[in-house]
Amino acid sequence: MGFALRSVNLASQKLRSFAPLGRWDTCPYVVRGAIDFNFAFSYLPVLDSSPIIAVTALVKQFGRFAALRGVSAEFNAGRLYTILGDNGAGKTTLLRALAGLAEPTRGRIQILGTTNLRAVCRQLGYMAHPSLLYDEMSGMENLRYFARLYGITDDDTCGATMAAVDLDPGLPRPVSQYSQGMRQRLSLARALLNDPTILLLDEPFSNVDVRSAGAMVSLLAQMRTADKTIFVVTHQASLLEDVADEFIWMEAGQIVRRTPELRPLETK
Amino acid sequence: MNKEATSDVTSGLTSQRMSQSSRAIAGVSRATLAKDLRLEWRSKDAINSMLFFALLVVVVFSFSFDPNAEQSRQIAGGLVWVAFLFAAVVALNQTWARELRNQVLDAYRVSPAPANSLFLAKALGNFIFVAVLEMLMTPLFIMFYKLRPLGPAWQLVPIAALGTWAIVVNGTFFAAMSLRTRSREIMLPLLLFPVSIPALLAMVNATTVILTGELSAKFWIVLLSTYDVVFTIACLLLFGLVLHAE
Repeated sequence: MGFALRSVNLASQKLRSFAPLGRWDTCPYVVRGAIDFNFAFSYLPVLDSSPIIAVTALVKQFGRFAALRGVSAEFNAGRLYTILGDNGAGKTTLLRALAGLAEPTRGRIQILGTTNLRAVCRQLGYMAHPSLLYDEMSGMENLRYFARLYGITDDDTCGATMAAVDLDPGLPRPVSQYSQGMRQRLSLARALLNDPTILLLDEPFSNVDVRSAGAMVSLLAQMRTADKTIFVVTHQASLLEDVADEFIWMEAGQIVRRTPELRPLETK
Repeated sequence: MNKEATSDVTSGLTSQRMSQSSRAIAGVSRATLAKDLRLEWRSKDAINSMLFFALLVVVVFSFSFDPNAEQSRQIAGGLVWVAFLFAAVVALNQTWARELRNQVLDAYRVSPAPANSLFLAKALGNFIFVAVLEMLMTPLFIMFYKLRPLGPAWQLVPIAALGTWAIVVNGTFFAAMSLRTRSREIMLPLLLFPVSIPALLAMVNATTVILTGELSAKFWIVLLSTYDVVFTIACLLLFGLVLHAE
């Protein structure tokens, strides 16, 4: 059964590589039907534990500086990955590349069976180190605007997402008057708005008090249980010690180690 | 028969997809425009800077030259549009600067929202800001320069609308282009002014022609309309590349 599903998926990938989504309208009708049929099957292998994200020989250069140096890795669905490493190790760049914000210099990123990251952006939630919020607007106003970008027009979703991160949807004050911890939680709410399959979080616990950080970790654990795939870049790995499925250690733009439990990197 | 049915289904699907896409563009544009107007209403960053700058130009030039009514008709077209162009640059920089704070633009880039929606909303927002400035400053220009048009005054309305759109459509595009450059306040005029020369020429000549009542402004209005159509299409086609560029 697994072999059959993998074969269908391979066929689907081949077909889609001939017809990238950007040129969909130019495809003959019959070909489109065949691709639609195979595309529906392409999600099945996720249940068959084949990777939801595959990164191959990924290189990202900024001028002469290489932030990522040939990263190759596969990540499975429904798991919580914690990415660790010193400053400048390439953690944020890897996350930005997965979010489609940093175009790879070389190499390939495949998410949900496609290399066209624009086609799967509805399935991604991204929380950056900066808040990605408008300081002059209230929390609810911010979420309402970002929800519209995903075609979400009901206020209930925004209210429920705010409540999920322990913020009051009725709070009228602008984000500029929020504490740093409240901003972080609102930023997480923004990333969760579209109910993403894959969540990319860059330092979500920085400047967050212990109680709020604990609540955020519980929320992430719930999401992982609901079959979401979560990537957390953090320097506070101990917070995720009990919930993370894998710890990924990065150094000088490369993944140097993947461990199921939190162990410090052995020094050579 | 089969071919006809297939082509009907295909054209039906295409038109359905197009209407969905245009609905998405309109929805996101409306939300972005409302957000920009709300932010401007609360901060008043752009409108205050523009008003202050335009007011300075009116007062300083009026006291420097002290023109009579006839001289005013000859120079006012140029003066008015140069003042509005320089003032608009201030607003154009402000609108994108807002998106850089907290890197909010990245939230837009990771979303499925079309790039053109953002461009249209920003251009419309800037159009509204500059139009408000023009409405507030025009009575002052008339007062300080003793202006009384000898030609058909109603034609100043389409000229103002077309001229303002010409400034903001290119200005919004080039302001986005210079967003990630180190000295974007200098880059914007450097990029915008040379491209705006044909439009500026048309605006100034059309306004002067109406103020002096010498000739018809029809040629300049057609030129301005053509300029607006060409550059609006070009900006819409290219904005996706600018938005997603690193």
